[in-house]
Amino acid sequence: MAELTGKYLVGVYDDDDTVLHAVPRLRKAGVKIQEVYSPFPIHGMDDALGHPRTRIGIAAFMFGVTGCCVALTLMIWTMGIDWPMIVGGKDPISIPNYIPITFELTVLFTAFGMVITFFISNGLSPAAHNYQRFDVRSTDNKFVMAIDLGRNTMSAEDISRALKDSGAEEVNIRQF
Amino acid sequence: MASAHSIPSIEERFEFTSGAKRNLMIGGAVGVALILVGAYLAANGGGHEAAAHGAEHAASAIGHPTPENAGKAHEAAAAAHHEISWVARIWANIWVNAVYFTGISVVGMFFISYNYLAQAGWSAVFKRIPEALPAFLPVTGVIMLITFFFGGHDLFHWTHEGLYEVGGPEYDPIIAGKQGFLNTPFFVGRLIFYFVAWYGMWRVLRNFSLQEDEIGGTDFYERSIKWGTAFLVVFGVTSSTSAWDFVMSIDTHWFSTMFGWYTLASWHVSGLAVMTLTVVMLRERGYLRAVNSSHLRDLGKFVFAFSIFWTYVWFAQFLLIYYANQPEETIYFIERFRGYDGYFKAPFFITLILNFFLPFLILMARDAKATHSILKVACWAVIIGHYMDFYTNIMPGTLGSNAGFGPLEWGFFLLFLCAFAYSVASQLGKANLIPRHHPMLEESLHHDIA
Repeated sequence: MAELTGKYLVGVYDDDDTVLHAVPRLRKAGVKIQEVYSPFPIHGMDDALGHPRTRIGIAAFMFGVTGCCVALTLMIWTMGIDWPMIVGGKDPISIPNYIPITFELTVLFTAFGMVITFFISNGLSPAAHNYQRFDVRSTDNKFVMAIDLGRNTMSAEDISRALKDSGAEEVNIRQF
Repeated sequence: MASAHSIPSIEERFEFTSGAKRNLMIGGAVGVALILVGAYLAANGGGHEAAAHGAEHAASAIGHPTPENAGKAHEAAAAAHHEISWVARIWANIWVNAVYFTGISVVGMFFISYNYLAQAGWSAVFKRIPEALPAFLPVTGVIMLITFFFGGHDLFHWTHEGLYEVGGPEYDPIIAGKQGFLNTPFFVGRLIFYFVAWYGMWRVLRNFSLQEDEIGGTDFYERSIKWGTAFLVVFGVTSSTSAWDFVMSIDTHWFSTMFGWYTLASWHVSGLAVMTLTVVMLRERGYLRAVNSSHLRDLGKFVFAFSIFWTYVWFAQFLLIYYANQPEETIYFIERFRGYDGYFKAPFFITLILNFFLPFLILMARDAKATHSILKVACWAVIIGHYMDFYTNIMPGTLGSNAGFGPLEWGFFLLFLCAFAYSVASQLGKANLIPRHHPMLEESLHHDIA
C-alpha cells in the first residue's frame, strides 16, 4: 500500500451491523470512503464499499504457471538432457514420473508467491515497524472507517455529522 | 450482497410440462432408433472386424513373452475363435450405462447424507435436486440384475464354470482363488443388497423430508442426520465393493486397491455435475430464484474440486502401476494403450481431457463458476467424460476387439439419459421445490461467500 499522507476523518463504530449499514448510507450522501477496518471480515462489506475486486487470483495463476515450467524444465534438463539417467527402467524423459514434483512446485510457487505479493502490496514485512494506523482499536473491538478529506468535496463538519448520524460513536481527525 | 438483496419466494412447485415430457420421449425414441440402427449394423458385421483384431492382439501379446502376456494371448486367441456376437455388445452397453447412472443416482443420496452429517446450511435451498436423483435406482437395479442373468456370461469372465475345474483345460488358479467372493449367488446377493440398502435408506430420508415440509419442526432433521450418517457407513463399504463387482471384476485377473475410491470419485463428480446442471436448467426456466450466485459458485467449486480429486485418484493409481511395473498390473493399461490396435487409446485420453483439463481450465476463474453458460459446458463435459471413463474401464475386458463407438453407444446413452431425466423431473414435481421447513433454510437463503 502506498504511504498515506494528508488529513483523514476516522469514524469509530461499536457494531459490525451498524457499520455495514452506514457504508451505503454515507456513499449515497456523497461521502467517498477510503476503507473500513474491522477485527474480523464482515460479509457483504466489499460489495458495500464498491472496491474493485482483488487481482491476487491472476497473480496466483501466473505463479502457478511459473512453478510448473520451472519444475518441468529442471527435471527435463537435469534428468534427460544434461546427464541422462535411467531410473526404474523408464526413459530419461518420462513425463508421468515428473508429475508429482511438477505439482508440488506449482503449489509451492503459488503459495509463496501469493503470500509475498500480499505482503508487498500491503506494505507488510518483518522489518517494517511504522505501520500507519487510523485507530488501534480496529484490531480489538471497534470498527473503524477512514475518510480521506483530500478526496472529498464535502466539508469536514458535514462528513463528521453524517458519520455521527450513521451511528459512529466518535469521530476523530488523523493527520499523517 | 447479504445486507441488501431480497429473498425471492420459497413457495414454488416444479411443473413437469407436457412439452418437456414429449421432448424426453422423443429423445428416448431417438435413442431406441439409434440402438436399432446400431444393432442392425453390428449384426451385419458393420462393427469392428472381430477375428482379425483378435488375432493381431494375440500376436502382439505373444511379442512380449511374460507369463501373463502368454495367458493373455491365449485368452485373446480364444476370444477370436469364440464368436462374441453383437448381442454381447448390447449387454456391455447396457452395463456401462446402468453402472454409470446407478452411480449418479446414489450420489444424490450420498450428497444429502454428508450434508446432514456436516449439518451444512448452504445446500438446503436446492436440496430437492440431489434428493430427486436416487428415484432412478430401482430402474438401473432391475436392468443390472436382468443383464447379469442373461448377459453375465458374455460380460464376466469369472462366470465361466470351466475356470474352476481343477485340471480342466480352462482351469485358472488365480480366478479359482477368488471364487469365495466372485461366485454367482454371492454376486447376485450383493447386487440386490446394494440396491435395497441404497434405495431403502433414500426412501426413509425422502419421507422425512416430505413430512418436514408439511409438519415442520426439527425432529425430522435430527432423524435425517442419524439416517444420513448410517447411510454413509453403509456406502463407505458398498461404494468400494460395488465398484469391484460392477467394474473391476470384469478384468478378473487384475486388481487395484484404489479402484473403489477411483469409481466413487468418478460417480461423485458426475453426480455433482448432474446436480449443478439441473440447478442451472431450473433457474433458466424461472425456478429456484432463491438460489443465488454464492450457491452456484459453491456448486461450481464442487465440480471443479472433485474433477481434480478424480484426476488425483486416477493418476495415483496409474503412477503406482506404471512405476512398479508389475506385469500383472500393467496389463490393464497396456490393454488400453496398445491392445486391440490401440482402439482404446482415444477414449482413454478423451476421458482425461473432458474430466480434468476442460473443467480445470474453464472453471478456475471466480466468475466462471457463477455463469450459467460456462457451468453448463463444464457439467456436460464431466457428464460425457465420465461416461467415457466407464466405457474405457468396461469395454476392453468385455468386448475387446469387438468394441466400437457408433449408433449403438450413442443410442443407449441417450435412452438412459432421457429416462433418468424423466425420473428426476417427475420426482421434482412431487414436492415444493424448496424445502420450506428445513431448519437450515434461513441460513441457506442468506448464503453469501462474498
